[in-house]
Amino acid sequence: MSMSQAPLIPAPGETRRRPLVVMHSVSKMFSSGTLALSDMSLTVEGGEFVSLLGPSGCGKSTALRIIAGLGDVSTGTIDWPSSRINSKGLPEGDISFVFQEPTLMPWQTVFGNVYLPLKLRGVSKSAARDEIMKTLATVGLQDFADAYPRELSGGMKMRVSIARALVTKPKLLLMDEPFAALDEITRQKLNDDVLRLWRETGITVIFVTHSVFESAYLSNRIVVMKARPGRVHADFPLVTSLERDARYRTSEEYRQACEKVSTMLIEAIGGEEH
Amino acid sequence: MADTDTALMPPKPGFFDRNRDTLLRTLIPICVVVCLVLLWQFIITVNSIPQYILPGPLAVANSLYNDWGTLSPALWVTTQITMQALALALIGGVGIAVFLIQSKWIETAFYPITVILQVTPIVAIAPLILIYAPTTQVALLICAFLVAFFPILSNMVQGLKSVDHNLLNLFDLYGASRWQTLLYLKLPSSLPYFMTGLRIGGGLALIAAVVAEFAAGSAGAGSGLAFRLLESQYRLNIPRLFAALILLSLLGVVIFAITSFISWFFLHRWHESSLKREN
Repeated sequence: MSMSQAPLIPAPGETRRRPLVVMHSVSKMFSSGTLALSDMSLTVEGGEFVSLLGPSGCGKSTALRIIAGLGDVSTGTIDWPSSRINSKGLPEGDISFVFQEPTLMPWQTVFGNVYLPLKLRGVSKSAARDEIMKTLATVGLQDFADAYPRELSGGMKMRVSIARALVTKPKLLLMDEPFAALDEITRQKLNDDVLRLWRETGITVIFVTHSVFESAYLSNRIVVMKARPGRVHADFPLVTSLERDARYRTSEEYRQACEKVSTMLIEAIGGEEH
Repeated sequence: MADTDTALMPPKPGFFDRNRDTLLRTLIPICVVVCLVLLWQFIITVNSIPQYILPGPLAVANSLYNDWGTLSPALWVTTQITMQALALALIGGVGIAVFLIQSKWIETAFYPITVILQVTPIVAIAPLILIYAPTTQVALLICAFLVAFFPILSNMVQGLKSVDHNLLNLFDLYGASRWQTLLYLKLPSSLPYFMTGLRIGGGLALIAAVVAEFAAGSAGAGSGLAFRLLESQYRLNIPRLFAALILLSLLGVVIFAITSFISWFFLHRWHESSLKREN
């Protein structure tokens, strides 16, 4: 598969892209009385790859779910400056979500699972077939369209989940610790796949993770969060001169990025009141 | 090369080896049943037990053949009542389960009523149903329905509520309507529960059809196997009683086999319960 090697990661200060989603001082209180998010503001621009990184309980998953419209905010607002908004205040069709588990329907084949978002929109199976097969090919599963999820490995199931998220051609892909349950080798492979898809499609990604290495490898911007109550501790860009691939993993630049992210994370954890 | 390859391969299993498991599984139970029947006949002959106390298998087979004219319509009636009751129970059970899960309030309001219907012994309501129902047939049908319906209902309610929360979130995210969520997510995901309900309900429908007929005591053209059982007992025609009993068991076995097959057919491709372990 050919792809352009042009750097799609804009350097800071380069032409500002239009904001895709803007969180204005969002707070979220659970019915149990826990303050999961406190006064969080975040602007994500088109084409960014943002990682939300932090210890468990820092509200990173909550923030992601709120952006997806799974759960209301207690105070604050979320704006979608460049999307058409539906009655629920969500940019319909513009967002996709990849959960920590593959979350596939076991009674449907791989094809059926990827077809789901289109089926719910009323697209007929024959009209959707080409798009589905194309999307399956981008995650390397074109030969497994008729397999059932139980016949696939953990990594392959996750690929199906990613294909399902991409089949609607969303502007924003939300990923909630998608590879946390996978082994290291599979995880690295999938990280490369996600990077490649990001470069090829120009999609915006918000990626929740608790792995320093994963966030440093994938993102061009990192938001480090703090727990109790969940809030933003640091928000900084991560620009490299290198192509992110196997060589990057062993480069000095990657090591420095990891160190920087790690320092920020330790600060965020150390600053916690126990 | 080819020679060494075949040399390294384990020998291909022959027909008997490949099907040994299936053959043994079929042959062993048949042998046991045949032995028991032979033992039964042997005991009868040796002790010369009279037929009106315990008939031998030969006498029962004889009765099954000679009384087929009386027994087969009865078998048909019982089969019909059981199947109709099961069909109604499936429609009612699934329908009411879907209705109950629409809201917490609906469930709170109506679930206790279904429980009360279930825990009341069917024999106790049978006389009442006999009074209100237009014909005995309908009364039997209602009794059998009431018994078969509950396991299907409770399994379906359980199944419809056990949907993967992340999948529900996913459907919300894609703006699925209530109807789409029910059709594409809740119903298929509760299929294993439905199948459990079907297998239990199928067995119970037959039991209830028999018990209800005992209670109703219907006679004449529309009488089922349960009535023939009672009648044979009054007339001390014990071989025929056994014959009717065997037909009832066979009917039960057939219902079990059919419901198990349906369950396997719909689940074997994806559900853990129908999978063979490969190790």
